Amino acid sequence: MNNRKKKRLIVRITILSVLIAAVVYTLYSTLTEDERMIVKAGDQAPDFVLTDLNGETHRLSDYKGQGVFLNFWGTWCKPCEKEMPYMENQYQAFKDQGVQILAVNVGESEFQVKNFAKKYNLSFPIVRDSQKDVMYSYAIGPLPTTLLINPEGEVVEVVKSGMDEETVASYMEMIKP
Amino acid sequence: MSEITCKCGHVNPEGTELCLSCGRALTTDAEEKKTSDVMRYEGMARRSQTYNGSIIDKVWNFFSSVKVGVWLIVITLSASALGTIFPQVLFISPLEAPEVYYEERYGVAGEIYYILGFHDLYNSWWYLLLIAAIGTSIIIASLDRVIPLYKALKHQRVNRHASFMKRQRIYTEYPLYSSDTFSKIKDGLRNKRYRIREEDGNLLAEKGRFSRWGPYVNHTGLIIFLIGAMLRFVPGMYVDEVMWIREGETMAIPGTDQEYFLKSEGFTVETYDADEDKEVFGATIDRVGAIAKNFQTDAILLKREDGVAGDSSNLVEVEEHPIRVNQPFKFDNFALYQVDFRQGEFRSMSFNLVQKESGDSFGPFEIDLTQPEDEYQLDDDHRVELMGYYPDFSGFENGEPQSPSPVPNNPAFLFKLFSPEHPDGEVAFIAIQQNLEPLGENDYQLSFNGVETRDVSGLTVRKDLTLWILALGGAIFMIGVVQGAYWNHRRVWVKRTEEGGMLVSGHTNKNWFGLRKDLEAAFTNTGLEQPKDQHEQNLNKVSAGGAKEEENRDTTS
Repeated sequence: MNNRKKKRLIVRITILSVLIAAVVYTLYSTLTEDERMIVKAGDQAPDFVLTDLNGETHRLSDYKGQGVFLNFWGTWCKPCEKEMPYMENQYQAFKDQGVQILAVNVGESEFQVKNFAKKYNLSFPIVRDSQKDVMYSYAIGPLPTTLLINPEGEVVEVVKSGMDEETVASYMEMIKP
Repeated sequence: MSEITCKCGHVNPEGTELCLSCGRALTTDAEEKKTSDVMRYEGMARRSQTYNGSIIDKVWNFFSSVKVGVWLIVITLSASALGTIFPQVLFISPLEAPEVYYEERYGVAGEIYYILGFHDLYNSWWYLLLIAAIGTSIIIASLDRVIPLYKALKHQRVNRHASFMKRQRIYTEYPLYSSDTFSKIKDGLRNKRYRIREEDGNLLAEKGRFSRWGPYVNHTGLIIFLIGAMLRFVPGMYVDEVMWIREGETMAIPGTDQEYFLKSEGFTVETYDADEDKEVFGATIDRVGAIAKNFQTDAILLKREDGVAGDSSNLVEVEEHPIRVNQPFKFDNFALYQVDFRQGEFRSMSFNLVQKESGDSFGPFEIDLTQPEDEYQLDDDHRVELMGYYPDFSGFENGEPQSPSPVPNNPAFLFKLFSPEHPDGEVAFIAIQQNLEPLGENDYQLSFNGVETRDVSGLTVRKDLTLWILALGGAIFMIGVVQGAYWNHRRVWVKRTEEGGMLVSGHTNKNWFGLRKDLEAAFTNTGLEQPKDQHEQNLNKVSAGGAKEEENRDTTS
């Protein structure tokens, strides 16, 4: 009799745990649906190759060993515009310490991007993602979104808002090799 | 743990209502219960009700209760109904912030609605928990019932105790038992396709037992359906994305893991022609105007053979295919649906450079809005430099033209006009119906020469690998319903008493009329009256009429 009772308990615990696991998984997936597909901290950053305004190609994996400040932006986006000069300043400070900026413009014409770069005197490489290919591969939502990638090619943090200069500096410090 | 020993000597587990061997009622409680209630699960102990020790058992017993299950369904239905009072967040304009929208429009009620998550009901955690609780309840309650029921029916004995026979709804005691009558009844029932078991002159005839599994088959289908719905959350099983593509553009298709690209060859809207389709549509066209006939995007699918994101040097054309409403373009488990369009988006604009005084015109030149150039040379002496392009011009801020989006809804340009008279250039700002000369009066101006537009297709990218699971669940669900609804489980017992008499009783989970017809056929040749339906006799006594013939209320499926 005791044996049967024990068996019953085990069966019940098993069934209930399977059910709880299923429920927890479903709840977790639903509540984080928006976040789930996006590349997250801890993920390996998906590789990509894009061409900058000078016609040079940049491949993310070529920057292994350096920290990469990967910024998705558009000329029409106000917070993007605001943080660009901060990025430029910090780029000057950090580029010799092994931190690279790659600014990915999403879907705009070369003319607009060039004009924008000229206006703010941007010296870091700006690449254009005209087919939204790279944007989809990172599942980028609203702009600006910045990914901090460490020298091992792993995403350390995803920043989904504009930044002030101090924040930019502290993030760059974070991914310094 | 106590067991119940029946008078017949059989040892039954705790909670049993009818002895598993002879069918005697084991408790006074069971004796007083309605027969149909006891017979629903064959008087077996529902295991849930017998162990109530640990917390696990308590949780188990909670979900095992049909009462709890019914309440869960009632609560879920009420919540679903409440969710229809105000529009779901899915249907409000994406430009409205939901946290403001509901309060502003519907006041306090709207605010509560929003806070409680009714605005996005199917993604509310508590609604999902309710659904999960119903699923749990279905699984546990079914397990708790189908296993004992199966055992009871599998091990049922032929010879039942007289008290069991007596309490059945169909029951008659005949004074004389003869083997002749017995075999006539037996043959009669066999002709009615009953399965016959015989033991010492006692008989158990049974048919349609499988109808008792109907509800459990049905529940299995439901669970499979729920599993299918859950699998949508597993990456790679379900994709539902939106993409906008302009005529002539090649874009990555979202949700395809950077594997597929789409090129739009063109978008067309067709309407029915009042002359051509006069017979069918003529009258309606006169009444309401144009009627859409077709929305179509001619598309070419491209596949990236190899290479990382951003590298489009290895795109190989796979297939050319039109995408029409309800006729998606299907490839590799994906389907592209035509769902929306935007007509007449600016693609390029052209201008002439005109000397105001003489009216001499130079040009025209065309600006491709997707790739404007720095400079347009008109002839040896005249050229135009493009200084700024604002695709969605909305006004000035600190003297600077603003464009809050990258979509060319209202293109504006800042030009520098070079001519022999002005080798350093004149500055002109041009927008639609707006010509500014911010640095003073110019000698030259740009005149608008024409515009080219193109259409934009709105497509849905859909992939659903769970559909077959949902279909399977639905099919099993229906099989269960049919099984339980169109078949009944009928049993007839014949018992020889020690005094030489004969007891006959019958039970069915529904459709007592059918059982009575079977008995009528089995008893025609015996010379005996067919066993009586006690329930019906009582009814006749009460209402003194035959109007209640079809009263079959206590079904025990």
